[in-house]
Amino acid sequence: MSSLLSDTALVFGRYARQTLRSKLQMLFGVLMPLLYLLFFGPLLTGLPLPSAGSSWQVLVPGLLLQLGLFGAAFCGFGIIVEKQFGVVERMRVTAVSRSALLLGRVLRDAALFVFQAVLLVLAALVMGLRAPLPGILIGFAFVAVLTVALASLSYALALRVNSPQEFGPVINSVTMPSMLLSGLMLPMTLAPAWLNVLSHAMPFRYLVDAVRAAFVGDYASSAVLYGAVVALALAAVSLALGTRAFRRAAA
Amino acid sequence: MPVLSASGLARTFPTRRGPVEAVRGIDLTVERGEILGFLGPNGAGKTTTLRMLTTLLAPTGGTATVAGCDLARDPAGVRRASGYVAQSGGVDPNVSVREELVTQARLYRLGKAEARDRAEELAADLGLTDLLERKTATLSGGQRRRLDVAMGLTHRPEVLFLDEPTTGLDPGSRADLWDLVRRIRAEHGTTVFLTTHYLDEADALADRLVIIDKGVVAADGTPEALKRAHGGSPDASLQDTFLAITGRGITPRDTTPLAV
Repeated sequence: MSSLLSDTALVFGRYARQTLRSKLQMLFGVLMPLLYLLFFGPLLTGLPLPSAGSSWQVLVPGLLLQLGLFGAAFCGFGIIVEKQFGVVERMRVTAVSRSALLLGRVLRDAALFVFQAVLLVLAALVMGLRAPLPGILIGFAFVAVLTVALASLSYALALRVNSPQEFGPVINSVTMPSMLLSGLMLPMTLAPAWLNVLSHAMPFRYLVDAVRAAFVGDYASSAVLYGAVVALALAAVSLALGTRAFRRAAA
Repeated sequence: MPVLSASGLARTFPTRRGPVEAVRGIDLTVERGEILGFLGPNGAGKTTTLRMLTTLLAPTGGTATVAGCDLARDPAGVRRASGYVAQSGGVDPNVSVREELVTQARLYRLGKAEARDRAEELAADLGLTDLLERKTATLSGGQRRRLDVAMGLTHRPEVLFLDEPTTGLDPGSRADLWDLVRRIRAEHGTTVFLTTHYLDEADALADRLVIIDKGVVAADGTPEALKRAHGGSPDASLQDTFLAITGRGITPRDTTPLAV
């Protein structure tokens, strides 16, 4: 157990240093949600939305999870490059714990995207967001857990494919429907019944609803509970799949 | 008691056009302190065998032990006892030589201070001291290869696996690497298991050769014995011997130096 912790810290440190060397990597992920915040957010301020709170309390939770969704889903690209350099195999023949090879990486990713989430919320405060601090912190926690889950899946897939050309289309075909069906931009309560029902089959929807509830101070609601359960279950399954991929990576 | 033994080691890959038997049953032993040359034409199963022996790839048949540890039951023990230098090396181009060596030592569970000392010691031993602060991307082919070998030696393994260690090196760097391999064995008694495409390399470096073809061992013996048995005389070239054993040339995959 202690070796799992120290191995994880070691792998985390290696990839955290890699991120700190690249200012571009640190800021790139926040660009898309920031553009939505600046150029899409103002369109909502005058609309009658069917939810509690201001339009910013509806939009910003969606943008936080958009950051996690798109950022984490593409994490696997990094490992495809590393695989081509032989770094992954070189690490897999060392004594290091298999779980740590995954955990160190996904914790770096979680730290990176929470950092970007902080930047996004600061920008949103300037644009007019007002939300209780515990709600915002709950939002960051959801970004972290979502990142751990999706980055694990992304690494598991990336270990199986041989080129970025195979990887990109798969990720795009998962992220776009996920974004649309989870009501990231606008609440699904606006949707006709069939679309609303369909969206309940999309796990991310529960996370979005949870963070929106947290942003209006509704911490003890069933939305937050369901969101937390779905997020943690997703993370547990994804970590198991990811660790298995590192244990027996082919190619 | 051999330090490495494999029996019926096999690996089949499922593909869309049916299963492909990359390795069909390898039997071999390697004695402690031996330098074994593992030869074969392209596609003979050299790298697949090596990846199985280093726990990177699970065998679909057969058994093997490395340093007394069973491949299937104790892969962690196999990893602690062996070092592996892949063809591609495996260092991050944007990281300094020192950081890679220290991190590698830490991956083998050395303490922080121990890892720093070990990095210095390896660098001194392999002529990398002046390069410690350089990014690995700036090293020459020969320097890169020495770093790759240093990474494989971090934890003082009993068995060092080298996959085509001199592919893409200039003649001077190749000779340096041969000297290094001989010195590692002489100073530490390390067993060296190396694959190569170059018959002169096998002749110059290996105590014993195992030649594989189509996933099975085709011949096994000292270079002299193989030349006598298959090439017709002890003076036969290893090239002719190899052709006699496999019925075809070794066809180096790439005769122009690769950027390593």
